[in-house]
Amino acid sequence: MIKRALAVTSLVLVAACGQPAPAAGPARTTLTVFAAASVQPAFDKIGLKLQNTRNIVTTFSYAGTQTLTTQLTQGAPADVFASADTAHMTTIESAGLIRGQSVLFGHNRLEIAVARGNPKGIHALADLARSGLVVVLADPSVPAGKYAQQALAKAKVTVHAASLEQQVTGVLSKVALGEADAGIVYVSDIVTSGQVDGVAIPDAQNVVADYPIAIVKGTQNLSAATAFVDLVLSTNGQAILRAAGFEGV
Amino acid sequence: MRRAKTPAAIGILAALGLLLFLLPMAGLIIRAPWSQALGELADPTTTTALGLSIFCSLTATGIALVLGVPLAMILARTRGTLRNILRALTTLPMVLPPVVGGVALLLAFGRRGLVGSLLYQAFGIQIPFTTAAAVMAETFVSMPFLVIAVEAGLRSLDHRYEEAARSLGAGYWRVFTRVTLPLLRPAIFSGAVLCWARALGEFGATITFAGNFPGRTQTVPIAVYLALETKPDAAITLSLILLVVSVAILVGMRDRWLGAL
Repeated sequence: MIKRALAVTSLVLVAACGQPAPAAGPARTTLTVFAAASVQPAFDKIGLKLQNTRNIVTTFSYAGTQTLTTQLTQGAPADVFASADTAHMTTIESAGLIRGQSVLFGHNRLEIAVARGNPKGIHALADLARSGLVVVLADPSVPAGKYAQQALAKAKVTVHAASLEQQVTGVLSKVALGEADAGIVYVSDIVTSGQVDGVAIPDAQNVVADYPIAIVKGTQNLSAATAFVDLVLSTNGQAILRAAGFEGV
Repeated sequence: MRRAKTPAAIGILAALGLLLFLLPMAGLIIRAPWSQALGELADPTTTTALGLSIFCSLTATGIALVLGVPLAMILARTRGTLRNILRALTTLPMVLPPVVGGVALLLAFGRRGLVGSLLYQAFGIQIPFTTAAAVMAETFVSMPFLVIAVEAGLRSLDHRYEEAARSLGAGYWRVFTRVTLPLLRPAIFSGAVLCWARALGEFGATITFAGNFPGRTQTVPIAVYLALETKPDAAITLSLILLVVSVAILVGMRDRWLGAL
Protein backbone atom coordinates (compact mmCIF):
# COMPACT_ATOMS: atom_id res chain seq x y z
CA MET A 1 0.00 0.00 0.00
CA ILE A 2 2.64 2.47 1.06
CA LYS A 3 4.90 1.28 -1.75
CA ARG A 4 2.15 1.83 -4.28
CA ALA A 5 1.40 5.25 -2.88
CA LEU A 6 5.06 6.18 -3.13
CA ALA A 7 5.27 4.89 -6.70
CA VAL A 8 2.24 6.94 -7.71
CA THR A 9 3.66 9.92 -5.84
CA SER A 10 6.93 9.83 -7.71
CA LEU A 11 5.06 9.48 -10.99
CA VAL A 12 2.98 12.54 -10.20
CA LEU A 13 6.10 14.43 -9.19
CA VAL A 14 7.90 13.52 -12.40
CA ALA A 15 4.88 14.62 -14.40
CA ALA A 16 4.69 17.86 -12.43
CA CYS A 17 8.35 18.58 -13.13
CA GLY A 18 7.83 18.39 -16.90
CA GLN A 19 7.77 21.46 -19.09
CA PRO A 20 4.42 23.22 -19.02
CA ALA A 21 2.97 23.58 -22.52
CA PRO A 22 3.33 27.18 -23.73
CA ALA A 23 -0.14 28.73 -23.81
CA ALA A 24 0.40 30.50 -27.10
CA GLY A 25 -2.42 31.13 -29.54
CA PRO A 26 -1.88 30.73 -33.24
CA ALA A 27 -0.83 34.33 -33.84
CA ARG A 28 0.37 35.49 -30.43
CA THR A 29 3.83 34.45 -29.25
CA THR A 30 5.19 34.91 -25.76
CA LEU A 31 8.77 35.67 -24.92
CA THR A 32 10.66 35.75 -21.62
CA VAL A 33 13.42 38.32 -21.27
CA PHE A 34 15.81 38.41 -18.30
CA ALA A 35 17.22 41.92 -18.10
CA ALA A 36 19.35 44.01 -15.77
CA ALA A 37 17.21 46.21 -13.50
CA SER A 38 18.61 49.39 -15.04
CA VAL A 39 17.19 48.72 -18.52
CA GLN A 40 13.58 48.39 -17.32
CA PRO A 41 12.23 51.76 -18.55
CA ALA A 42 13.72 51.29 -22.03
CA PHE A 43 12.89 47.57 -22.36
CA ASP A 44 9.30 48.06 -21.22
CA LYS A 45 8.85 50.42 -24.16
CA ILE A 46 10.64 48.08 -26.57
CA GLY A 47 8.43 45.21 -25.37
CA LEU A 48 5.32 47.27 -26.01
CA LYS A 49 6.53 48.11 -29.50
CA LEU A 50 7.15 44.43 -30.26
CA GLN A 51 3.65 43.59 -29.07
CA ASN A 52 2.08 46.25 -31.27
CA THR A 53 4.07 45.47 -34.40
CA ARG A 54 4.65 41.72 -34.24
CA ASN A 55 2.06 40.48 -31.72
CA ILE A 56 4.85 39.11 -29.56
CA VAL A 57 4.04 39.44 -25.85
CA THR A 58 7.17 39.85 -23.77
CA THR A 59 7.39 38.97 -20.09
CA PHE A 60 10.29 40.66 -18.37
CA SER A 61 12.18 39.54 -15.31
CA TYR A 62 14.15 42.51 -14.07
CA ALA A 63 16.71 42.06 -11.30
CA GLY A 64 20.35 42.65 -10.50
CA THR A 65 22.44 41.04 -13.26
CA GLN A 66 24.12 38.78 -10.70
CA THR A 67 20.71 37.45 -9.58
CA LEU A 68 19.68 36.71 -13.17
CA THR A 69 23.03 35.02 -13.82
CA THR A 70 22.48 32.70 -10.86
CA GLN A 71 18.94 31.93 -12.00
CA LEU A 72 20.09 31.18 -15.56
CA THR A 73 22.87 28.85 -14.41
CA GLN A 74 20.28 27.09 -12.21
CA GLY A 75 18.22 26.47 -15.34
CA ALA A 76 15.64 29.26 -15.24
CA PRO A 77 13.71 29.36 -18.54
CA ALA A 78 14.46 32.50 -20.51
CA ASP A 79 14.66 33.39 -24.18
CA VAL A 80 16.82 36.50 -24.03
CA PHE A 81 19.36 37.75 -21.46
CA ALA A 82 20.48 41.38 -21.22
CA SER A 83 23.32 42.01 -18.79
CA ALA A 84 24.66 45.23 -17.26
CA ASP A 85 28.25 44.09 -17.66
CA THR A 86 30.33 41.80 -19.84
CA ALA A 87 31.66 39.76 -16.90
CA HIS A 88 28.31 38.11 -16.09
CA MET A 89 27.58 37.58 -19.79
CA THR A 90 30.94 35.81 -20.06
CA THR A 91 29.92 33.57 -17.14
CA ILE A 92 26.74 32.61 -18.98
CA GLU A 93 28.59 32.16 -22.28
CA SER A 94 31.26 29.92 -20.80
CA ALA A 95 28.52 27.85 -19.14
CA GLY A 96 27.32 27.11 -22.69
CA LEU A 97 23.95 28.77 -22.11
CA ILE A 98 24.07 31.23 -25.01
CA ARG A 99 23.05 30.67 -28.60
CA GLY A 100 25.58 32.27 -30.95
CA GLN A 101 27.36 35.27 -29.51
CA SER A 102 26.36 38.19 -27.35
CA VAL A 103 26.33 41.68 -28.83
CA LEU A 104 26.61 45.06 -27.12
CA PHE A 105 23.38 47.05 -27.32
CA GLY A 106 24.17 50.11 -25.23
CA HIS A 107 26.41 51.91 -22.79
CA ASN A 108 25.68 53.67 -19.55
CA ARG A 109 27.60 55.98 -17.28
CA LEU A 110 27.45 56.62 -13.58
CA GLU A 111 25.94 59.63 -11.91
CA ILE A 112 25.34 60.66 -8.31
CA ALA A 113 21.65 60.58 -7.38
CA VAL A 114 20.61 63.21 -4.85
CA ALA A 115 17.30 64.54 -3.54
CA ARG A 116 15.47 67.08 -5.70
CA GLY A 117 17.17 70.45 -5.51
CA ASN A 118 20.35 68.89 -4.06
CA PRO A 119 19.75 70.14 -0.49
CA LYS A 120 23.03 68.65 0.79
CA GLY A 121 25.07 70.48 -1.83
CA ILE A 122 26.78 67.45 -3.34
CA HIS A 123 28.87 68.37 -6.36
CA ALA A 124 31.45 65.61 -6.75
CA LEU A 125 32.34 62.08 -5.66
CA ALA A 126 34.64 63.57 -3.01
CA ASP A 127 31.57 65.07 -1.28
CA LEU A 128 30.27 61.55 -0.62
CA ALA A 129 33.00 61.05 1.98
CA ARG A 130 31.57 63.82 4.14
CA SER A 131 30.60 62.63 7.59
CA GLY A 132 26.93 62.72 8.48
CA LEU A 133 25.95 62.02 4.90
CA VAL A 134 23.89 58.87 4.30
CA VAL A 135 25.25 57.25 1.15
CA VAL A 136 23.82 54.06 -0.33
CA LEU A 137 25.63 51.98 -2.95
CA ALA A 138 24.87 48.81 -4.84
CA ASP A 139 26.60 45.70 -3.48
CA PRO A 140 29.98 45.06 -5.18
CA SER A 141 28.50 41.80 -6.56
CA VAL A 142 26.02 43.93 -8.54
CA PRO A 143 27.46 45.48 -11.74
CA ALA A 144 26.44 49.01 -10.64
CA GLY A 145 28.17 48.41 -7.30
CA LYS A 146 31.32 47.17 -9.01
CA TYR A 147 31.36 50.22 -11.31
CA ALA A 148 30.78 52.54 -8.33
CA GLN A 149 33.78 51.02 -6.55
CA GLN A 150 35.89 51.61 -9.67
CA ALA A 151 34.75 55.22 -9.95
CA LEU A 152 35.40 55.89 -6.25
CA ALA A 153 38.85 54.32 -6.59
CA LYS A 154 39.62 56.56 -9.58
CA ALA A 155 38.53 59.60 -7.56
CA LYS A 156 40.51 58.30 -4.54
CA VAL A 157 37.43 58.62 -2.32
CA THR A 158 36.49 56.27 0.52
CA VAL A 159 32.77 56.11 1.20
CA HIS A 160 31.18 54.55 4.26
CA ALA A 161 27.97 53.20 2.75
CA ALA A 162 24.89 52.87 4.93
CA SER A 163 23.57 49.97 2.87
CA LEU A 164 24.64 47.79 -0.04
CA GLU A 165 21.61 47.19 -2.24
CA GLN A 166 20.94 44.10 -4.36
CA GLN A 167 20.15 46.07 -7.48
CA VAL A 168 20.79 49.58 -8.68
CA THR A 169 17.09 50.43 -8.50
CA GLY A 170 17.29 49.79 -4.74
CA VAL A 171 19.86 52.59 -4.49
CA LEU A 172 17.63 54.87 -6.54
CA SER A 173 14.55 54.20 -4.41
CA LYS A 174 16.41 54.82 -1.13
CA VAL A 175 17.39 58.28 -2.45
CA ALA A 176 13.91 58.92 -3.89
CA LEU A 177 12.33 57.96 -0.53
CA GLY A 178 14.63 60.39 1.25
CA GLU A 179 16.28 57.72 3.38
CA ALA A 180 19.63 58.25 1.69
CA ASP A 181 21.24 61.61 0.88
CA ALA A 182 23.09 60.26 -2.12
CA GLY A 183 23.75 57.12 -4.11
CA ILE A 184 25.74 56.15 -7.17
CA VAL A 185 23.48 54.98 -9.99
CA TYR A 186 23.41 55.03 -13.79
CA VAL A 187 22.68 58.16 -15.81
CA SER A 188 19.72 56.27 -17.28
CA ASP A 189 18.24 55.71 -13.80
CA ILE A 190 18.17 59.43 -13.16
CA VAL A 191 16.83 60.30 -16.63
CA THR A 192 13.86 57.94 -16.23
CA SER A 193 13.23 58.28 -12.48
CA GLY A 194 12.05 61.89 -12.38
CA GLN A 195 12.18 61.77 -8.58
CA VAL A 196 15.84 62.53 -8.01
CA ASP A 197 18.40 64.97 -9.34
CA GLY A 198 21.68 63.88 -10.88
CA VAL A 199 25.16 65.20 -10.19
CA ALA A 200 27.50 64.45 -13.09
CA ILE A 201 30.74 62.57 -12.54
CA PRO A 202 33.60 63.82 -14.77
CA ASP A 203 34.84 61.42 -17.46
CA ALA A 204 38.21 61.01 -15.76
CA GLN A 205 36.48 59.42 -12.75
CA ASN A 206 33.53 57.84 -14.54
CA VAL A 207 33.14 54.28 -15.74
CA VAL A 208 31.45 53.22 -18.95
CA ALA A 209 29.16 50.24 -18.45
CA ASP A 210 28.80 47.96 -21.46
CA TYR A 211 25.45 46.19 -21.87
CA PRO A 212 25.51 42.94 -23.87
CA ILE A 213 22.44 41.01 -25.00
CA ALA A 214 22.17 37.40 -26.14
CA ILE A 215 19.67 34.70 -27.04
CA VAL A 216 19.51 31.92 -24.48
CA LYS A 217 20.34 28.48 -25.88
CA GLY A 218 17.23 26.71 -24.61
CA THR A 219 14.81 29.19 -26.21
CA GLN A 220 11.54 27.76 -27.48
CA ASN A 221 10.85 30.90 -29.53
CA LEU A 222 13.92 31.51 -31.62
CA SER A 223 12.18 33.76 -34.14
CA ALA A 224 10.56 35.89 -31.42
CA ALA A 225 13.83 36.10 -29.49
CA THR A 226 15.65 37.15 -32.65
CA ALA A 227 12.96 39.74 -33.33
CA PHE A 228 13.43 41.18 -29.83
CA VAL A 229 17.22 41.42 -30.11
CA ASP A 230 16.90 42.90 -33.62
CA LEU A 231 14.47 45.53 -32.36
CA VAL A 232 16.83 46.48 -29.50
CA LEU A 233 19.66 46.95 -32.01
CA SER A 234 17.49 48.71 -34.63
CA THR A 235 17.29 52.48 -35.11
CA ASN A 236 13.97 52.46 -33.25
CA GLY A 237 15.31 50.48 -30.31
CA GLN A 238 18.45 52.58 -30.06
CA ALA A 239 16.32 55.75 -30.06
CA ILE A 240 14.28 54.39 -27.16
CA LEU A 241 17.46 53.50 -25.27
CA ARG A 242 18.93 56.97 -25.92
CA ALA A 243 15.74 58.62 -24.69
CA ALA A 244 16.10 56.55 -21.52
CA GLY A 245 19.59 57.90 -20.90
CA PHE A 246 21.72 55.17 -22.47
CA GLU A 247 24.41 55.73 -25.05
CA GLY A 248 23.80 53.81 -28.26
CA VAL A 249 26.18 51.48 -30.01
CA MET B 1 -15.26 1.41 17.75
CA ARG B 2 -13.88 0.44 14.35
CA ARG B 3 -12.33 3.25 12.31
CA ALA B 4 -13.09 3.51 8.62
CA LYS B 5 -10.26 2.54 6.28
CA THR B 6 -8.47 5.62 4.88
CA PRO B 7 -8.78 5.75 1.08
CA ALA B 8 -5.55 5.42 -0.88
CA ALA B 9 -6.04 8.88 -2.42
CA ILE B 10 -5.72 10.51 0.99
CA GLY B 11 -2.50 8.61 1.59
CA ILE B 12 -1.08 9.65 -1.76
CA LEU B 13 -1.88 13.32 -1.23
CA ALA B 14 -0.47 13.19 2.28
CA ALA B 15 2.72 11.60 0.96
CA LEU B 16 2.98 14.36 -1.66
CA GLY B 17 2.58 16.97 1.04
CA LEU B 18 5.25 15.31 3.13
CA LEU B 19 7.62 15.11 0.16
CA LEU B 20 7.23 18.82 -0.40
CA PHE B 21 8.69 19.34 3.08
CA LEU B 22 11.19 16.51 2.89
CA LEU B 23 12.83 16.96 -0.50
CA PRO B 24 14.14 20.51 0.04
CA MET B 25 15.66 19.45 3.37
CA ALA B 26 17.23 16.42 1.67
CA GLY B 27 18.57 18.69 -1.08
CA LEU B 28 20.15 20.99 1.45
CA ILE B 29 21.77 18.15 3.36
CA ILE B 30 22.94 16.20 0.30
CA ARG B 31 24.31 19.20 -1.57
CA ALA B 32 25.99 20.68 1.49
CA PRO B 33 29.75 21.15 1.06
CA TRP B 34 30.47 19.16 4.21
CA SER B 35 34.24 19.19 3.71
CA GLN B 36 34.27 22.97 3.49
CA ALA B 37 31.53 23.62 6.00
CA LEU B 38 33.98 24.27 8.83
CA GLY B 39 35.98 26.63 6.65
CA GLU B 40 32.83 28.52 5.70
CA LEU B 41 31.91 28.71 9.37
CA ALA B 42 35.20 30.45 10.10
CA ASP B 43 34.62 32.94 7.27
CA PRO B 44 34.23 36.46 8.72
CA THR B 45 31.10 37.10 6.61
CA THR B 46 29.47 34.04 8.18
CA THR B 47 30.53 34.74 11.76
CA THR B 48 29.57 38.42 11.52
CA ALA B 49 26.13 37.58 10.14
CA LEU B 50 25.62 34.86 12.74
CA GLY B 51 26.62 37.13 15.60
CA LEU B 52 24.36 39.91 14.36
CA SER B 53 21.46 37.51 13.85
CA ILE B 54 21.77 36.12 17.37
CA PHE B 55 22.00 39.62 18.86
CA CYS B 56 19.08 41.02 16.87
CA SER B 57 16.77 38.04 17.36
CA LEU B 58 17.41 37.88 21.12
CA THR B 59 16.91 41.64 21.50
CA ALA B 60 13.70 41.43 19.47
CA THR B 61 12.49 38.60 21.71
CA GLY B 62 13.37 40.64 24.80
CA ILE B 63 11.40 43.64 23.53
CA ALA B 64 8.53 41.35 22.56
CA LEU B 65 8.48 39.98 26.13
CA VAL B 66 8.45 43.43 27.71
CA LEU B 67 5.77 44.82 25.39
CA GLY B 68 3.98 41.64 24.33
CA VAL B 69 3.06 40.19 27.72
CA PRO B 70 1.22 43.38 28.83
CA LEU B 71 -0.44 43.53 25.40
CA ALA B 72 -1.60 39.94 25.82
CA MET B 73 -2.96 40.79 29.29
CA ILE B 74 -4.99 43.66 27.89
CA LEU B 75 -6.19 41.47 25.02
CA ALA B 76 -7.24 38.72 27.43
CA ARG B 77 -9.24 41.18 29.51
CA THR B 78 -11.10 43.10 26.81
CA ARG B 79 -14.32 41.88 25.23
CA GLY B 80 -16.40 42.62 22.16
CA THR B 81 -15.52 44.93 19.28
CA LEU B 82 -12.53 46.54 20.97
CA ARG B 83 -11.01 43.12 21.50
CA ASN B 84 -11.58 42.18 17.85
CA ILE B 85 -9.89 45.36 16.69
CA LEU B 86 -6.94 44.91 19.06
CA ARG B 87 -6.64 41.29 18.04
CA ALA B 88 -6.68 42.07 14.33
CA LEU B 89 -4.01 44.77 14.82
CA THR B 90 -1.82 42.42 16.81
CA THR B 91 -2.05 39.48 14.44
CA LEU B 92 -1.78 41.55 11.25
CA PRO B 93 2.03 41.24 11.04
CA MET B 94 1.62 37.44 11.08
CA VAL B 95 -0.34 37.44 7.83
CA LEU B 96 1.13 40.57 6.25
CA PRO B 97 3.86 39.87 3.69
CA PRO B 98 7.08 40.87 5.53
CA VAL B 99 8.17 43.14 2.67
CA VAL B 100 4.95 45.10 3.09
CA GLY B 101 5.76 45.32 6.78
CA GLY B 102 9.15 46.75 5.83
CA VAL B 103 7.58 49.37 3.57
CA ALA B 104 5.13 50.28 6.34
CA LEU B 105 7.98 50.62 8.85
CA LEU B 106 9.82 52.85 6.38
CA LEU B 107 6.76 55.09 6.00
CA ALA B 108 6.40 55.35 9.77
CA PHE B 109 9.99 55.44 11.01
CA GLY B 110 11.92 56.48 7.90
CA ARG B 111 13.51 59.89 7.65
CA ARG B 112 10.38 61.22 5.95
CA GLY B 113 8.03 58.94 7.87
CA LEU B 114 5.24 59.86 10.28
CA VAL B 115 7.36 59.50 13.42
CA GLY B 116 10.76 59.24 11.78
CA SER B 117 10.60 62.76 10.37
CA LEU B 118 10.03 64.19 13.88
CA LEU B 119 12.91 62.13 15.27
CA TYR B 120 15.15 63.28 12.46
CA GLN B 121 14.25 66.95 12.73
CA ALA B 122 14.36 67.10 16.51
CA PHE B 123 17.33 64.88 17.30
CA GLY B 124 18.95 64.06 13.96
CA ILE B 125 18.18 60.40 14.55
CA GLN B 126 17.78 58.19 11.50
CA ILE B 127 16.55 54.66 12.14
CA PRO B 128 16.82 52.95 8.72
CA PHE B 129 20.18 51.31 7.92
CA THR B 130 20.95 50.79 11.62
CA THR B 131 21.00 47.66 13.77
CA ALA B 132 18.09 49.21 15.66
CA ALA B 133 16.11 49.08 12.40
CA ALA B 134 16.89 45.38 12.01
CA VAL B 135 15.73 44.76 15.60
CA MET B 136 12.55 46.78 15.01
CA ALA B 137 11.76 44.86 11.83
CA GLU B 138 12.25 41.55 13.62
CA THR B 139 10.15 42.66 16.59
CA PHE B 140 7.37 43.85 14.29
CA VAL B 141 7.16 40.51 12.55
CA SER B 142 7.72 38.18 15.50
CA MET B 143 5.94 39.75 18.49
CA PRO B 144 2.48 38.52 17.45
CA PHE B 145 3.61 34.93 17.98
CA LEU B 146 4.37 35.71 21.61
CA VAL B 147 1.21 37.75 22.17
CA ILE B 148 -1.03 35.00 20.78
CA ALA B 149 0.65 32.30 22.88
CA VAL B 150 0.50 34.33 26.10
CA GLU B 151 -3.09 35.41 25.49
CA ALA B 152 -4.12 31.78 25.02
CA GLY B 153 -2.30 30.94 28.26
CA LEU B 154 -4.10 33.74 30.11
CA ARG B 155 -7.49 32.64 28.86
CA SER B 156 -7.01 29.09 30.08
CA LEU B 157 -5.64 30.30 33.42
CA ASP B 158 -7.52 29.34 36.55
CA HIS B 159 -8.14 32.77 38.06
CA ARG B 160 -9.10 31.30 41.45
CA TYR B 161 -5.38 31.16 42.37
CA GLU B 162 -5.07 34.90 41.82
CA GLU B 163 -8.28 35.56 43.74
CA ALA B 164 -7.07 33.39 46.62
CA ALA B 165 -3.79 35.30 46.77
CA ARG B 166 -5.66 38.62 46.67
CA SER B 167 -8.03 37.52 49.44
CA LEU B 168 -4.97 36.74 51.54
CA GLY B 169 -3.90 40.37 51.22
CA ALA B 170 -1.44 40.33 48.31
CA GLY B 171 -1.32 43.49 46.20
CA TYR B 172 -1.59 43.60 42.41
CA TRP B 173 2.15 43.37 41.65
CA ARG B 174 2.71 40.66 44.24
CA VAL B 175 -0.06 38.54 42.73
CA PHE B 176 1.29 39.23 39.25
CA THR B 177 4.88 38.24 40.00
CA ARG B 178 4.19 35.41 42.45
CA VAL B 179 1.06 33.81 41.00
CA THR B 180 0.18 34.95 37.47
CA LEU B 181 3.66 34.89 35.92
CA PRO B 182 4.65 31.45 37.32
CA LEU B 183 1.34 30.01 36.07
CA LEU B 184 1.96 31.61 32.68
CA ARG B 185 5.53 30.41 32.42
CA PRO B 186 4.89 27.58 29.93
CA ALA B 187 2.88 29.88 27.63
CA ILE B 188 5.47 32.65 27.85
CA PHE B 189 8.28 30.19 27.20
CA SER B 190 6.74 28.59 24.12
CA GLY B 191 5.65 32.00 22.84
CA ALA B 192 9.13 33.41 23.30
CA VAL B 193 10.74 30.47 21.50
CA LEU B 194 8.34 30.80 18.55
CA CYS B 195 8.92 34.54 18.51
CA TRP B 196 12.69 34.07 18.57
CA ALA B 197 12.59 31.50 15.76
CA ARG B 198 10.53 33.85 13.62
CA ALA B 199 12.86 36.77 14.39
CA LEU B 200 15.91 34.67 13.49
CA GLY B 201 14.43 33.86 10.09
CA GLU B 202 13.23 37.39 9.31
CA PHE B 203 14.23 38.59 5.86
CA GLY B 204 11.70 40.72 3.98
CA ALA B 205 10.95 43.45 6.50
CA THR B 206 14.61 43.65 7.54
CA ILE B 207 16.07 44.09 4.06
CA THR B 208 13.38 46.62 3.16
CA PHE B 209 13.57 48.71 6.32
CA ALA B 210 17.16 48.20 7.47
CA GLY B 211 18.95 47.58 4.17
CA ASN B 212 22.00 45.39 3.88
CA PHE B 213 25.37 46.08 5.44
CA PRO B 214 27.72 43.46 6.93
CA GLY B 215 27.93 43.71 10.70
CA ARG B 216 25.16 46.29 10.92
CA THR B 217 22.05 44.97 9.22
CA GLN B 218 23.16 41.89 7.27
CA THR B 219 21.56 39.05 9.24
CA VAL B 220 21.96 35.37 8.31
CA PRO B 221 18.92 35.15 6.01
CA ILE B 222 20.12 38.22 4.07
CA ALA B 223 23.65 36.82 3.95
CA VAL B 224 22.23 33.53 2.59
CA TYR B 225 20.31 35.39 -0.10
CA LEU B 226 23.35 37.41 -1.19
CA ALA B 227 25.85 34.57 -0.90
CA LEU B 228 23.74 32.35 -3.16
CA GLU B 229 24.74 34.63 -6.03
CA THR B 230 28.43 34.87 -5.32
CA LYS B 231 29.42 32.03 -2.95
CA PRO B 232 26.79 29.25 -3.14
CA ASP B 233 28.76 27.01 -0.75
CA ALA B 234 28.63 29.68 1.94
CA ALA B 235 24.89 30.10 1.34
CA ILE B 236 24.27 26.37 1.77
CA THR B 237 26.39 26.24 4.93
CA LEU B 238 24.54 29.18 6.46
CA SER B 239 21.22 27.58 5.51
CA LEU B 240 22.31 24.37 7.23
CA ILE B 241 23.07 26.28 10.41
CA LEU B 242 19.57 27.77 10.41
CA LEU B 243 18.12 24.30 9.71
CA VAL B 244 20.04 22.83 12.65
CA VAL B 245 18.83 25.64 14.92
CA SER B 246 15.23 25.05 13.81
CA VAL B 247 15.48 21.31 14.41
CA ALA B 248 17.02 22.00 17.81
CA ILE B 249 14.05 24.22 18.67
CA LEU B 250 11.62 21.48 17.62
CA VAL B 251 13.44 18.86 19.66
CA GLY B 252 13.69 21.17 22.66
CA MET B 253 10.00 21.98 22.48
CA ARG B 254 8.79 18.47 21.64
CA ASP B 255 7.03 17.97 24.96
CA ARG B 256 5.12 21.18 24.58
CA TRP B 257 4.17 20.82 20.92
CA LEU B 258 4.42 17.23 19.83
CA GLY B 259 3.47 15.89 23.24
CA ALA B 260 0.25 17.86 23.21
CA LEU B 261 -1.00 15.94 20.20
